[in-house]
Amino acid sequence: MQPSTIPVEYFVVLSAVLFVIGVLGVLVRRNAIMIFMSVELMLNAANLALVAFSRQWGEVQGHVFVFFVMTVAAAEVAVGLALIVAIFKAKKSIDIDELHSMQG
Amino acid sequence: MENYASIVPLVVFIPLAGMLINLVWGKRLGERGSGAIGTLAAAGAFGIAALLMLMLARSGYEAVVVNPPILTGWISIPSAALEIPWQFRVDTLSVTMMLVITGVGTLIHVYAIGYMHGDPRFPRFFVYLNLFLAFMLILVTGNNLLMTFVGWEGVGLCSFLLIGFWFDKARGEGWRNSNAARKAFIVNRVGDFGFLLAIFLTFWTFGTLDYYKPGEPVRAEGEEHAAVVQTATEGKTPTTGETHTAETKPTGETKTTGVVQLGIFGQTEQWLKEGGHKVRFGSTELPLETILTLITLFILIGVTGKSAQIPLFVWLPDAMAGPTPVSALIHAATMVTAGIYLATRCNVFFHYSPFSSGLMTIVGACTAVFAGFVALGQWDIKKVLAYSTVSQLGFMVAAVGLGAFSAAYFHLITHAFFKALLFLGSGSVIHGMEHGHHHVEHLGHDEAHGDVGAHGTLDAHGEAHAAHDAHEDVGVHGGVVYAVEVHAHDDVGAHGSTNTPVHEEHATHGATNTPIPEAPLHGTLFDAQDMRNMGGLRHKMPITFWTYLIGTLALSGIFPFAGFWSKDDILASAFRAGFNDGRIEGFIALALLIVAAFFTAFYMWRQIRYVFLGKPRTAAAENVPESVPLMTLPLIILAILSVFGGMLNLVEPFVIQRLGMINEGLTVWLEHSVRFVTGGAFNFPLAITALAVAVGAILLAERVYGRNNPLTKKGRDPLQARPEMRQAFGIANAKGYTDAIYSAIIEQPYNRASQWLANVLDWKFWHDYVHEKLIWRGFDGVAALLSGPVDRSVIDRGFLGFGGLISRVAARLRGLQTGYVRTYTFTMLVGVLIVLFIILFPLLRLMAGGQ
Repeated sequence: MQPSTIPVEYFVVLSAVLFVIGVLGVLVRRNAIMIFMSVELMLNAANLALVAFSRQWGEVQGHVFVFFVMTVAAAEVAVGLALIVAIFKAKKSIDIDELHSMQG
Repeated sequence: MENYASIVPLVVFIPLAGMLINLVWGKRLGERGSGAIGTLAAAGAFGIAALLMLMLARSGYEAVVVNPPILTGWISIPSAALEIPWQFRVDTLSVTMMLVITGVGTLIHVYAIGYMHGDPRFPRFFVYLNLFLAFMLILVTGNNLLMTFVGWEGVGLCSFLLIGFWFDKARGEGWRNSNAARKAFIVNRVGDFGFLLAIFLTFWTFGTLDYYKPGEPVRAEGEEHAAVVQTATEGKTPTTGETHTAETKPTGETKTTGVVQLGIFGQTEQWLKEGGHKVRFGSTELPLETILTLITLFILIGVTGKSAQIPLFVWLPDAMAGPTPVSALIHAATMVTAGIYLATRCNVFFHYSPFSSGLMTIVGACTAVFAGFVALGQWDIKKVLAYSTVSQLGFMVAAVGLGAFSAAYFHLITHAFFKALLFLGSGSVIHGMEHGHHHVEHLGHDEAHGDVGAHGTLDAHGEAHAAHDAHEDVGVHGGVVYAVEVHAHDDVGAHGSTNTPVHEEHATHGATNTPIPEAPLHGTLFDAQDMRNMGGLRHKMPITFWTYLIGTLALSGIFPFAGFWSKDDILASAFRAGFNDGRIEGFIALALLIVAAFFTAFYMWRQIRYVFLGKPRTAAAENVPESVPLMTLPLIILAILSVFGGMLNLVEPFVIQRLGMINEGLTVWLEHSVRFVTGGAFNFPLAITALAVAVGAILLAERVYGRNNPLTKKGRDPLQARPEMRQAFGIANAKGYTDAIYSAIIEQPYNRASQWLANVLDWKFWHDYVHEKLIWRGFDGVAALLSGPVDRSVIDRGFLGFGGLISRVAARLRGLQTGYVRTYTFTMLVGVLIVLFIILFPLLRLMAGGQ
């Protein structure tokens, strides 16, 4: 297969942009779902970087690693959504700032 | 012949075996059994002693040292060159002592079976007596000073046990007895201390304690006495197969080889012959002569303790608290002569230290006069004999000091005979008086208070009888019996006056503490030993009377009884020391001893008058029975010995060749073991003088006391009634105030010192000051310092401050925990970025550097 002409730097920059958006989403948003989605964005940014470098070097480990990340992310989604449902049942809200009972 | 000598351990072993049998099975054997065992043990020892005497006679009087089968290497410390074997010495000196101890001892054992009849502790008495015999025989048979010391201490122990034998008598009597026992023991300790110092000094000087090494002759060949001594060649044969063959040369090479081959006396003589021998004590050196004087002075202290001389004689009169056979055996015949034996054994030392000998002479002569004087004023029949014993021991000690060892020994033997006889006779009298008193008590009771005159009031009599029964219940035997007895006693020492204030205190103390079965009585004591209660016993107890009379005449020195010869031997020695040798102490001793002899005859005749002659003065004395044959038989035998004992050492004009007597038999006999024995020279004028003094004293006493009732109407002594004699009698009656003086100069300062120690040193200083002030307060002070400033202000504050700091820091840090997920996330992001920076920073630098 003919390697793409798109240089790897583009992928890395895109990945970084996506990751930063995810981080900002986690830090800024108050809705638990949104935070969750931001975390997924960070994971996929990381996946993109892995795949890009894997393609660059013609290796398969990066691809395989991405699959594992996606699997774990799916499991994480299951657990995370369940947590969000449970939080909602308890608090009638999923505003993450309502959950600060651990304040010192 | 030496093989026969190896039976000598038996002489100690047989009494010991008798003691053990009585100790284990005494109660089961009963009176007859245990008495028989004890007596047989004593008789067996006597048999052994007699065999040894025959053996010596047949082997030419050669001294033999025997190693017993056991205990041979008794004390052995090779690194210190200390070698003290357990060896028996069979020579004429020790065999003589053995014969006296076991012979008189056997008779006294027989007597004691009768005397102690009915005593609840009958077997124990024989246990003690046999133990005493064993120790006494160790004392005289030992071949070194330490064995002698073992016996010396052992007899002291037995003396203590036997004086306090009736320690549980009712009404404080037991206290008096046990106090007497303690007094004897403690006073003897003083003497023992001197003896111990003598032993230490001897060992330091000579490196050995043996009197003579095995096979060593008493005197070297060719000396003046050697005519009767065996030749040295025979002396060289080893004794009992021990490895002493190398040591049997008579003299020589002790110093060069450094090995001790001579006994202490042999070394003394050799060193003195060489001259200039010095004994090193650390950095100082003392000449041998000084050392010998010191040793003999220490021995003299021991002698004054054991043989009851001034100043340590005070225990012997009090020792009469023991049963009378004990007084006869221990305090007249044997134990108290241990001092004489020791001094005779050490005759070489005394010979070469004139100062000690002179002092010894003076001490003995002064004791003889003083004790004789005190005996004049005593009421207690046994106290008279006790002071008489002290006086006669003074004769012997004086004789030893004069160097007249055979005279001292002669007197020791005859004195053992007649003084044992007198004590046993007095025991017979006391026994009879108790029986008489008992008889009177019962008779009075049966006749329904018949004789009021003799017993005071009717009411009191019944009580007296009850008391008497009670007295039997608690097993009181000799001495004082309580009853209501009307008797005119004078105030001067009415009841023997043995009680010092301390004794009184203890007596009352005992009376309050010990349970007494009956109520206290209002009555006076009946003292079975008080001569004022006696009188006229001649017809009641004829055997006792005649034997007592013989003993009295023998003690007084009347021709031809034993005491005449022995006392004259001593006086002649004093005469010779004074007039021939020009020794000043000879004159002093001669004068003092003649006075003492006068006193002796006087107080003995006074006693005969009070006890046996005249008319009975109490109901008890009227009903005295004669003692049982078990008691009178020893009296008769001892009386025979007292008559003929003088033949042991008959001197020139009296020797009867046909009877097999030899001139100065005892002296010749002793020559083989006593280096410096000197034969007595019979001095006719002196003997006549002494006899005249004794007879004169008896006649004077007869004049003073020769009435049916010697007591005056007020119940006083005739001497006391005379104004010019009254004071002297008072002093004698008060025992020369010795107890008071000892109380004032020893007891009271001692008590004050101990009180001072207790009150001031222990309580005020140690308790109040050291404990209360220094330790308690000091501890408190240190504790307060530690708890206040140190603990509270430093340690507490430090830890509390630290805790507060932690707490404040924690309060600040707690603010970091917002509880907002955002915060944690941000923190984590920052952390990750920092980690990334750390990881990537070198890379950036590389890139920057690479460009």
